[in-house]
Amino acid sequence: MARFAVKHLVFLLLTLSIVSFLVFTLNEFSPGAVARKELGAYATQDQVDALTKKLGLDRPLLVRYVEYMGKVAVGDLGVSARYKAPVRTVIVKHLANTALLAALAFACIVPLSMLLGISAGMRESSRLDRAILLFSTVMASIPEFALGVFLVSVFVVWLGWLPGTATLVAGGGWSVGAQLVLPVAVIVLFDAGYVVSMIRASMVEVMQRPYIRTAVLKGMPFRRVVVRHAVRNAMISPITVILLQINYLVAGVVVVETVFAYPGFGRMMLEAALFKDIALIEAGALVAVGLAVVTNILGDVAYMILDPRIRA
Amino acid sequence: MATVDVLTVSPPAASRRRAPRWWRAARAIRHSTTASIGVAIVLVWVALALLAPLLAPYAPNSPDLLALAHTTPSRAHWLGTDHLGRDLVSRILWGARPVLIIAPLAVLGATILGSLLGLAAGYKRGWIDLIVTRACDIVLSFPVIILYMIILAHFGSSAWNIIAVLTLTKAPIIARIVRGLTLQLREREYVAAAKMRGESSLYIMLVEILPNARGPLIVDMCLRTGYNIIIIGVLGFLGIGLPPPDPDWGGMVKDTYGMMMVWPHMALFPCAAISSLVVGFNLLAVGLRELGWRD
Repeated sequence: MARFAVKHLVFLLLTLSIVSFLVFTLNEFSPGAVARKELGAYATQDQVDALTKKLGLDRPLLVRYVEYMGKVAVGDLGVSARYKAPVRTVIVKHLANTALLAALAFACIVPLSMLLGISAGMRESSRLDRAILLFSTVMASIPEFALGVFLVSVFVVWLGWLPGTATLVAGGGWSVGAQLVLPVAVIVLFDAGYVVSMIRASMVEVMQRPYIRTAVLKGMPFRRVVVRHAVRNAMISPITVILLQINYLVAGVVVVETVFAYPGFGRMMLEAALFKDIALIEAGALVAVGLAVVTNILGDVAYMILDPRIRA
Repeated sequence: MATVDVLTVSPPAASRRRAPRWWRAARAIRHSTTASIGVAIVLVWVALALLAPLLAPYAPNSPDLLALAHTTPSRAHWLGTDHLGRDLVSRILWGARPVLIIAPLAVLGATILGSLLGLAAGYKRGWIDLIVTRACDIVLSFPVIILYMIILAHFGSSAWNIIAVLTLTKAPIIARIVRGLTLQLREREYVAAAKMRGESSLYIMLVEILPNARGPLIVDMCLRTGYNIIIIGVLGFLGIGLPPPDPDWGGMVKDTYGMMMVWPHMALFPCAAISSLVVGFNLLAVGLRELGWRD
């Protein structure tokens, strides 16, 4: 167990330092870049040089990187040029919004895809299986923005049941709850398609095992075979996939956030990238990667809990 | 894999008269309805893209100012026009071209790079394996969409830059698949025989191992092409895709999405176009898997 923890901790730190170094280099390689960004396009070269000197940006890249990481280690992430606020506050605020969206979506995705995946995989090639497989394939094929456009044109433009934006500020006669329906629906439909096919594949494989045949042959009711014997084993390999969705849900929902003008982490990163808000890009990338590696570790842990064979 | 075994044991006399191997593989697709529908959709789009100069009723970038009064579908503009009065049929037809060039090129790039890395890691083992798998883990742990935003916003967006980022971010997945297959295949007799003959490792990797790993690779290439099309659309939608004014499906949605309440058709038709093309590639992949091209 200790070896497991050390190994993963080392990998986490290694990944974080490599990624942060790459992002840092990309943004701050040319000495004038940061000062030029600060002063704007109309500043003279003399002014840029002066600020570069003042901020110590003319020192070697590696020195500046080590200094930056030192600041990060004590929680100082700098100030965002785009939002004119400390990077930490900006990130925490947007991350909290995205966490709300992600939690709601995750709470729908897991039961829905388990239900569909298991009922499809328990009888391979049955009519139900083929219908669910087709549905999940089509859902996973439609880009999120297209799914958003389709849902908006039905439920907002045509029926007028729901609002087309989710700014999290109640207004225009719509509550925050109503605003969240469509973004969550888009994420769930898009992502569940993928998770369903994973669970289905695993279930199909488990249903071919000898112990399932034994259970059926000794006269156990089919429902009991599925619930008691198949499901637990069929969920072992998809559990990693399911946990990896957390990663997608937090960092990957930038499209959904853009469609519905949702003030979340992904859209914040997009704005930071387009605005070249260097401090925010660097810190946001660190957060995203840290989160990704942590969910990977969680996946490994869940795997070990479910499958005693690899616990050794 | 079953098809490969049958082909290798067939007598040489018969194989001389038979159609080429790729043609027989292509003909096998009709045994799966799913794959056939997928192929049909993809081929229709390829034909539309190729024939765009002939089929498109208007130039894709030229505005029809008179049509701006009625942008909705009409006899003159079958799918209507966009907010600048540009014909949607023409823009969608021309928009199929960049997608159908960039997505497969990026898949090809990723497959070549990924196969080489995976072969080297799986066949040579040792420190190469360690570095390749760790590097792949790091790239794969990064939320790709954020990576695209940082890189494309920094270097500017062009077709080549998109191909480059797609190649670099998709290669690790292929490398993982190929490495896994190589680990199994390197223990086979024919690899041992090639070693006995004194073949170089490069020959063994490319001629003995890689062709036997192609089934799963081809299924994966179909899936990967579909995902790449989604990503190209997403980049366009986020405003970091192909530069305007040439038609790009994602960019068309981005430009007209704000007018959904008034003119939903402007965003709906490009969305339908991109969705149908991705559905085609993914159905093809599902069908190939049914036919036993396991992954």
